[in-house]
Amino acid sequence: MAKKTYIQAVTDALDIVLEDDPKTLIFGEDVGKNGGVFRTTQGLQEKYGEDRVFDTPLAESGIMGLATGLGLTGWRPIPEIQFMGFSFEAVDQIAGQLARMRFRFDGLKNAPVTIRTPYGGGTHTAEMHADNLENFFTGVPGLRVVMPSNPYDAKGLLISSVENNDPVLFMENLKLYRSMKDDIPDGKYTVPLDKANVIREGNDITIVAYGAEVNEALKVADSLAEKNISVEVIDLRTVSPIDTETIFKSIEKTHKVVIVQEAQKMAGVGAQVASAIAEGAILSLDAPVGRVAAPNSVYPFALGEDIWIPRAKEIEEKVNEILNY
Amino acid sequence: MANKPIVDFEAIKNNLSNVSKPIQVLNENAEITDQEVFDSFSDEDLVEFMKKMVWERALHEQTMNFSRQGRMGFYAPTEGEEASEMGTVLAMKKQDYLLPAYRDVPQLIQHGATVTEAYLWSRGHVLGNKFKARSMMPQIIIGAAYVEAAGVGLGIKKNKEEDTIAFTYTGDGGTSQGDSYEGMNFAGAYQAPVLFIVQNNGFAISTPRAKQTAAPTLAQKAVAAGIPSVQVDGMDILACYAVAKAARDYMVAGNGPVLIETLTYRFGAHSSAGDDPKRYRTKDQEQPWFEKDPLIRLRKVLTDKGLWSEDEEDKLVEEYKASFKDAIKEADNVPADKVSDMLKRTFEIPTPEMKQEIDKFEAKESK
Repeated sequence: MAKKTYIQAVTDALDIVLEDDPKTLIFGEDVGKNGGVFRTTQGLQEKYGEDRVFDTPLAESGIMGLATGLGLTGWRPIPEIQFMGFSFEAVDQIAGQLARMRFRFDGLKNAPVTIRTPYGGGTHTAEMHADNLENFFTGVPGLRVVMPSNPYDAKGLLISSVENNDPVLFMENLKLYRSMKDDIPDGKYTVPLDKANVIREGNDITIVAYGAEVNEALKVADSLAEKNISVEVIDLRTVSPIDTETIFKSIEKTHKVVIVQEAQKMAGVGAQVASAIAEGAILSLDAPVGRVAAPNSVYPFALGEDIWIPRAKEIEEKVNEILNY
Repeated sequence: MANKPIVDFEAIKNNLSNVSKPIQVLNENAEITDQEVFDSFSDEDLVEFMKKMVWERALHEQTMNFSRQGRMGFYAPTEGEEASEMGTVLAMKKQDYLLPAYRDVPQLIQHGATVTEAYLWSRGHVLGNKFKARSMMPQIIIGAAYVEAAGVGLGIKKNKEEDTIAFTYTGDGGTSQGDSYEGMNFAGAYQAPVLFIVQNNGFAISTPRAKQTAAPTLAQKAVAAGIPSVQVDGMDILACYAVAKAARDYMVAGNGPVLIETLTYRFGAHSSAGDDPKRYRTKDQEQPWFEKDPLIRLRKVLTDKGLWSEDEEDKLVEEYKASFKDAIKEADNVPADKVSDMLKRTFEIPTPEMKQEIDKFEAKESK
């Protein structure tokens, strides 16, 4: 056990998969000598050599095409898209090509690629860096989307993602990169790619969240515990697939649910969870589904983030509203 | 400010047009323009080249027939491009990786897919993609094959696969895609063994080559990526083969990528789905290209040498067409795809929700 940041947990996982499987490759913009702009790949080129950890030209579609081609020739690529906003440049390669490789070949060939990319608001980056694009990518069949909320999960989920033979979009939260430290085990462990985590047990209401909002939900649970309100918090961990079974089980107990996301409200993960509940568990509810999400505007410039992204305050307001329905 | 310009941009621009003439061995009058290269081919080689072009022309004619009968799906006619397509693919080896575009189905068959699989691909059946060849399925997204080819090339290099390259095709329109440049640039940066083939047939559907780019040649587009490139007479199979073979030899010796621009022509429509070239081409534009037909010039050389006759060709065409009729019958007998199988092939292990969907569809399908 050692105290590690989210970044260090990611590095730890990458170190393990490079060591374990000689077919794994890490590449992207500035991931080599520089160790990535956030130092997530720090020291890995030095340790494993330039054949395994290398810089690419500055072109996201090229990076993803490289990954697909390397995957087809027997490699296990772990490309990095430097910031998620840049993934727009690579949408055909991710959604049009990589995600349908297994489908198109009827399983004869596949490309076991794990795309790592930092996302998420609150660190006041330049425009088009921090966008929460999970709403967009969870709509891509054939692609798994993983969004860890803490260093322990980041390490275990990343190892699972790389070992999985399906393409995975692994979204690392910028705000959590350096703000969180956890005791995490040394060495290898995995966290499953299709199981949500009941991170706090409770009886009165369920909060479903993922990514950085899990910590906000936990703050709300702490705050309401002082008023003897018992909140259950579910961390989805993966947003494609979504583990509805764990959500339904919780709702059968609490009968109330608030779904929280940092992304815009329109047509996304929260909407999918709400729709699954409407289809599969609506009779367990005794209040409307509560939703907390960012407004449906374009992602704000840096100075607008703090008033735009919903955090603990907005979640607590919504939880109280649903509790008092 | 000084009036004398520090640089003469017009001169630099004009200089871009100073390029070598396209490589040629046999001109449209069946005259040998490069005796040394011509002499490097045996009589058997020449006959083999002719047979391949006759095969591709017969495949085209029979496929158009099937198409008119409503028995094909998407088909991109290949008539006129036989020298460019067969010449380049014949220079490749079975261990090479092919990344074709949709007009490159004949090369895919040549590289190991069956005609039945090609027909299934055209119709839109997944089994059309389960060929044994080392190849991607024909790419629909123009430019995508170029970026993927860079990855395949780097994979070959990292695997230390000897005597192996990746080869990929696009068209004149395809060179306008950003992905085409990214693919070339990546392959160049990693010195990956990728042969980029641009089949310049003059039109991207209806848009003429002149409207695609101000670049005097498409081969020049490789220069910016540090890649050697050349134009070749795409109606001369001997030149197409010789250039592709030279490129392959150069790459397997440990060198990086090469680009070949073949100057060819699509005699027919862009696709069998209603495109009418009369809307954007005149007879006067077409006629000179019809006269460059790659079959005509080699047929003349072979006939003069006593290696070929009309009767033999007719017999071959009949034989080929009979085999295509067998192939489509085989395609007719392939069972229809199932939704449950579509779900199953989306992920290696279906997600819990997909398992429920699979059960639902399997119950329906078993009725």
